[in-house]
Amino acid sequence: MNSLIHARGLIKRFEGFTAVDGIDVDVRAGEAFGFLGPNGAGKSSTMRMIGCVSPPTDGVLRILGMDPRRDGPRIRARLGVCPQLDNLDPELTVRENLTTYARFFGIPRRVARARADELLDFVQLSERADSRVEPLSGGMKRRLTIARALVNEPDLVLLDEPTTGLDPQARHLVWERLFRLKQQGVTLVLTTHYMDEAEQLCDRLVVMDGGRIVAEGSPRALIETHSTREVVELRFPTDDQSGYADKLAGIGDRAEVLPDRILLYVGDGDDALAEVHRRSLSPASALVRRSSLEDVFLHLTGRTLVD
Amino acid sequence: MTPSLQVMEYHLVNYRRTWRASVLSSLVLPLLTMLGFGVGVGAYVTGGVEGVDYLPWMVPGLIASTAVQGAIGESTWPVLSSFEWVKTYFAQSAAPLRVADILGGHLAFMLFRVLTSVMAFLLVAALFGALRSPWALAVLPIALLLALAVAAPVAAYTASVSTDMYLAILIRFAVLPMSLFSGVFFPIESLPEVLRWVAFVLPLWHGVDLCRAATLGIDPGPGAVWQALYLVAWGVAGWFLAHWRYRGRLVI
Amino acid sequence: MLTLVLPRRLVGLEGAARRSASVAQRNVDALKTAYWLVMLGGLLEPVLYLFSIGVGVGGLVGEIALPGGRTIGYAEFVAPAMLASSAMSGALSETTFNFFGKMKFMRLYEGMLATPVRPIEIALGELSWAMLRGSVYSAAFLVIMVLLDLTTPARALLAFPAAVLVGFAFGALGMTISTLIRGWQDFDMIGAGQFALFLFSGTFVPATTYPPVLRWLVEVTPLYRAVDLIRGISIGTLGPVQVVDVLYLLAMTGAGLLIAGRRMERLLCR
Repeated sequence: MNSLIHARGLIKRFEGFTAVDGIDVDVRAGEAFGFLGPNGAGKSSTMRMIGCVSPPTDGVLRILGMDPRRDGPRIRARLGVCPQLDNLDPELTVRENLTTYARFFGIPRRVARARADELLDFVQLSERADSRVEPLSGGMKRRLTIARALVNEPDLVLLDEPTTGLDPQARHLVWERLFRLKQQGVTLVLTTHYMDEAEQLCDRLVVMDGGRIVAEGSPRALIETHSTREVVELRFPTDDQSGYADKLAGIGDRAEVLPDRILLYVGDGDDALAEVHRRSLSPASALVRRSSLEDVFLHLTGRTLVD
Repeated sequence: MTPSLQVMEYHLVNYRRTWRASVLSSLVLPLLTMLGFGVGVGAYVTGGVEGVDYLPWMVPGLIASTAVQGAIGESTWPVLSSFEWVKTYFAQSAAPLRVADILGGHLAFMLFRVLTSVMAFLLVAALFGALRSPWALAVLPIALLLALAVAAPVAAYTASVSTDMYLAILIRFAVLPMSLFSGVFFPIESLPEVLRWVAFVLPLWHGVDLCRAATLGIDPGPGAVWQALYLVAWGVAGWFLAHWRYRGRLVI
Repeated sequence: MLTLVLPRRLVGLEGAARRSASVAQRNVDALKTAYWLVMLGGLLEPVLYLFSIGVGVGGLVGEIALPGGRTIGYAEFVAPAMLASSAMSGALSETTFNFFGKMKFMRLYEGMLATPVRPIEIALGELSWAMLRGSVYSAAFLVIMVLLDLTTPARALLAFPAAVLVGFAFGALGMTISTLIRGWQDFDMIGAGQFALFLFSGTFVPATTYPPVLRWLVEVTPLYRAVDLIRGISIGTLGPVQVVDVLYLLAMTGAGLLIAGRRMERLLCR
């Protein structure tokens, strides 16, 4: 069995509700695997089960070939975890956050110090090594948390919403570092509700909604299977876009009516737009773009990812 | 004046959520001290103190000490939180309020808190028969004066620090020693000369002395006026210090 | 079969000890200059009480008569109680206020639990740190007691492990309480409870002074047992009742640790 993560019918129930409702997942060594879905889809609960800090309610779960219920500490020794909310130690310096954390894995002090310096270099924080954590920007804190997740040279790195809450520039810096890790052959598992993040980083992903997996594949394959090549976004100068839906009938494969715009799923966007004008409809704005994972999600669940 | 009252109103509204917990610390604890210490240890103080039984002798000291504890409690963590955590002051300074309104309103609330707990304590002390004179009512203005003399400079101190570690340091190195050596539990006459002078300089002893004269119904003589004025001086100096520190952080 | 299982368990224990130590180590790493001042303050507190109550109020009280008919100075009577109370409050503040802050406010333990460290090991690590700190306080206070001639050096040596035991018992109790706390507002309750124990545990007057019902109530509370043990040692009136004290404190330590470890597992590993 080559899977680093192997789940069959995995379930997590809390009092009164089911967060994860029977999912099957296999993550292979060396790949970057993503859980894509909106808030509340069950991504974080799944990550916590994989991180061996939350026992599954039911189903099969093997991490690195071991059982999280029995071998929690041994599995965690080989995992790196970057949680959704940074939980860095505010009473320690940047470097101490790495060296002290390394001690929890039983890494000798001297090795820990050397590795901390290497990692600070990797996440571009060497200059802040002796600073407190408090004054760091959100992006710096996230990079430090990622460095901390790497301190034990893990076989598997778990990243829960790695760029949520960061500004665009900080996000790109984090993506670039994660991409480097991926090139070095580190297995990454990440959750996200950003389709661009999933498209950039993931070799393979599952789309989650309401605790279930609704689709699985590479970003490209998912788009090809569940959407058309192009999308035309039309905004009409009215409070009720749906009034125009009838008038657009027959153009492209299908249409999605959103509160502020109508999406037409078509093979060729320019042709479709020409047809719209031929029907003497005049949208306030019109945009032709390629299909994205956002469209896949919309098609599968009838909802948008970020609300 | 009115803007300060609006600020005070804000703190009163907030207090509606937390008053239950504060009853515990501001009333139950001093009462326990009165019982455990005043009654318990009092039974062993066979000769009395300065011609008075131990319980009625220490109760006025405890009242003054309660006023100080209340003033300290309100001028440390809540003030720091208003600057650092909840940032209430910054929200207030975005409204048409002056620094004096923000500071004045908060101090007024602190005095209100002290007044209520001292009133409650006075009532219970009366039930225990620990008050010896109707002059005991004079404890209320004395407690207010004492509370201001402590709360204003401490608010200035709190406004000058950034973490609550410095508050812990203040409590341990200043407030606790002051509470233990200002004539609350035993007369300061038995202190070594140097420590007695430290007690004279700090505000608590003057409050204790004035409260004691009031509840025991002793004529304090003209010295009382000077003691009261000394407390006023602490309050006024504290106000200006606090105003300066608040201004430094709110007006930038 | 047994020979195969046993070494593995021992290895497991060694790992647990090492991981607990790394949790305690984190607190040493976090020590910065200003914290030393706070720690010095913790040391100062019982000394201030000793001088204020033991010496100052002692001047009013005079001597205290012991059940055997012997009388001792008030400071001599109060000092061991201050030692026991400070061992209690030191252990409680570290295991309730600081522990809760690390768990809820800093979310430190979430980070630790992503490593091989287990909840019970966090509990043990934090407790050993609290004990290390408390032991330094106790030792310093005992030195002061000896210098003031409030006990003999030999008794002080025996009182030291007793004070450490008191710290362990209250530390374990504090951890249990921490896992039950709902929010910061509960700390007022803890503080009030602690203060009531401080006042009524035979600290300032012998428990025999209290009315019978109150006296029985007081005698089953943990601080009373702690004061009784340390006072018995420091004034040299050790008897069979101190064996009860020791057993009581040992049981409290064991039960506290057991419950705290279980509850932490449930709180943090949902």
